[in-house]
Amino acid sequence: MILNGSQILAEVLVEQGVDTLFGYPGGAILNICDALYDYRDEIKQYITAHEQGASHAADGYARATGKTGVVLATSGPGATNLVTGIATAYMDSVPMVAITGNVGTSLIGRDSFQEVYIAGITMPITKHNFVVRRVEDLADTLRTAFRIANTGRKGPVLVDIPKDVTGAKCEFIPGKKQENTYVTHISDEDVEKVAEVINEAKRPFLYYGGGVGAAKACQDLRELMNKAEIPGAHTLMAAGIVGCDEPLNLGLMGMHGRLSANLAADKADVLIAVGTRFSDRVALNTEKFARDAKIVQIDIDPSEVNKNVTVDYSLVGDVKDILARLLPHIKEAKHTEWIEQINQWRGADKKPIDDPSVLKPHQIMAEISRQAGENAIYVTDVGQHQMWAAQYCRHLHSRSFITSGGLGTMGFGYGAAIGAKIAFPNRPVIHITGDGSFHMNMNECCTAVSYKVPVVTVIMNNSVLGMVRQWQTVFYNRRYSGSEPERVTDYAKVAEGFGAKGFKCVNLEQFQKALELALKEDGPVWIECVIDREEKVLPMIPAGGTVDDAMEE
Amino acid sequence: MTNKVNKQVLSLLVDNHSGVLARVASLFCQRGFNIDSLTVSNTDNPEISRITIVTEGDKQVLEQIIKQTGKLEETRAVVHLKNDESLFRELLLIKVAADQRTRREICGICEIYRAKIVDLTVTSLIVELTGNPSKIDGFLEMMKEYQILEMCRTGVTALARGDISHGIK
Repeated sequence: MILNGSQILAEVLVEQGVDTLFGYPGGAILNICDALYDYRDEIKQYITAHEQGASHAADGYARATGKTGVVLATSGPGATNLVTGIATAYMDSVPMVAITGNVGTSLIGRDSFQEVYIAGITMPITKHNFVVRRVEDLADTLRTAFRIANTGRKGPVLVDIPKDVTGAKCEFIPGKKQENTYVTHISDEDVEKVAEVINEAKRPFLYYGGGVGAAKACQDLRELMNKAEIPGAHTLMAAGIVGCDEPLNLGLMGMHGRLSANLAADKADVLIAVGTRFSDRVALNTEKFARDAKIVQIDIDPSEVNKNVTVDYSLVGDVKDILARLLPHIKEAKHTEWIEQINQWRGADKKPIDDPSVLKPHQIMAEISRQAGENAIYVTDVGQHQMWAAQYCRHLHSRSFITSGGLGTMGFGYGAAIGAKIAFPNRPVIHITGDGSFHMNMNECCTAVSYKVPVVTVIMNNSVLGMVRQWQTVFYNRRYSGSEPERVTDYAKVAEGFGAKGFKCVNLEQFQKALELALKEDGPVWIECVIDREEKVLPMIPAGGTVDDAMEE
Repeated sequence: MTNKVNKQVLSLLVDNHSGVLARVASLFCQRGFNIDSLTVSNTDNPEISRITIVTEGDKQVLEQIIKQTGKLEETRAVVHLKNDESLFRELLLIKVAADQRTRREICGICEIYRAKIVDLTVTSLIVELTGNPSKIDGFLEMMKEYQILEMCRTGVTALARGDISHGIK
């Protein structure tokens, strides 16, 4: 059938299983918007306040579901507003297809109105990108974009379509949904060698990251953990991959991880890194990280092997495939002495002290987890609240803790939470944020109101930029340059102004009641929690340090 | 290939699309990899271009460069061309000031290096030289004795010796 470029785009989106689209209209995508009008039953469009919000919403939707998130924006500023969202998805390997309009091909290169070379701008923050110059190439380019986004190490792909291409017509041949075409190539000898190293370990330790979730290998990882009694700890990206109650799960590791988890990594004789990349928030000192251990790395991306830390053994491929090949060679084992040692460390971990007369961060997180229940999805912004959420929320399932780990994007949370809630309308979605992050993109409240998306936002308000201020306290002799903006925002009033509900709490009892009410609402709610600006994220290992440098108070 | 031990030559086979060179260059820039020289040319397959890059780095850096460039969607193959298994060539054009006295000397040097004088005026001449980059370095060293007006090197182009040919993914 003969279709125009915009209709072809809509057809391919439907063909690729897309039923949800986040975006914002504009001149260069008017043809696309017009075509989507006819597809409104198949593809539900969510128009956000700002394209950045749309990009985070597509990202949050993708992280919650595992499907590829799709975002649409117009040329020029529409496209550049996606940049932070695309970079966020890139750093955390989230599958996303970003579609941008551009000025007509005859106007390209002339500094036309709302023209920008978005393919050039996004080159280093996408897996790949395309400029489609002929309508005949559009359908296959889009299909390729979906394949790339969701194959191998996942990530964002941008497709830029000039306006005349969206209006030009050609024959459209329906195609199939692109499947993940990745194939793991590893030899039996390599698998057996790694199994031997693990089997001979006296003090084995699993260090696992977001790649385990991306490969849907959580169960396989747990099997490895339990079969050979290997304790492990997770990165920020892997909260919930193994339930927080499972005895061999030591919790969060790294800069703000538990001392016991970091000690275990430090003293292990074999460290098995699964779906993770030795980032500078975990391998703070690349020379001394896991200094006593032979390191085994299992990851899908060959360029992650020997990038930050030199490893002794590596298996490159799909983590699920590799674990399935590895498991039969792993002997059942007990490491009684090692586990006893670790339990001693765990017993010595400093626990925060309760005080119901004020709002303590750990008590807020515990209360959120208690009320939101097992099905909750936690979405955070970036800063102190993010670390508290990682440390103290009850992480039970993969894809239930959504956070910007790699890029550390303040302002990520609200859009992402809206995306997650749209994906799972029947699960409680709690957006945990700080007053700093929330000010960046709180405008997305209008999106949640328009589409009746009942996200509960918990604002940890310490009136300062807490994480920056914490570093200034510790490393800059309390010179609080730029970190105390002294804002007087009345959150309850602002929420009301947007058409949402707002509460303010100063103690635990008030918070308990507010959250109870909020979880029953059918629209967005903000709960401001006033906390002490001296609250710190602890423990803390300074950048470049080791567990020997950990600060506990 | 040259006097410096860390100089490495990589041969990339890439899709012949606009933008491929920008992607490769952007990657090198972003990751802090060094580019000593870079040449791009067509191959016998119209869909494939060859990018030859001379870079600097130890074993670990080289491993990262190979893996990162290999990850680009439009990269078909990345081959590390080792000194003893490969042929490296570069072309030099150099314009040197030459009067009656120095012209004869320069001609003598050109003869030794088998360089060609391709342009001649009363006050200057242009020399063309093809060869291994270290030969060009040596010739340039000699030319420093004279007044160099302008010069241009093409950068290294290279192929593996013998029957070795690149596998294309």
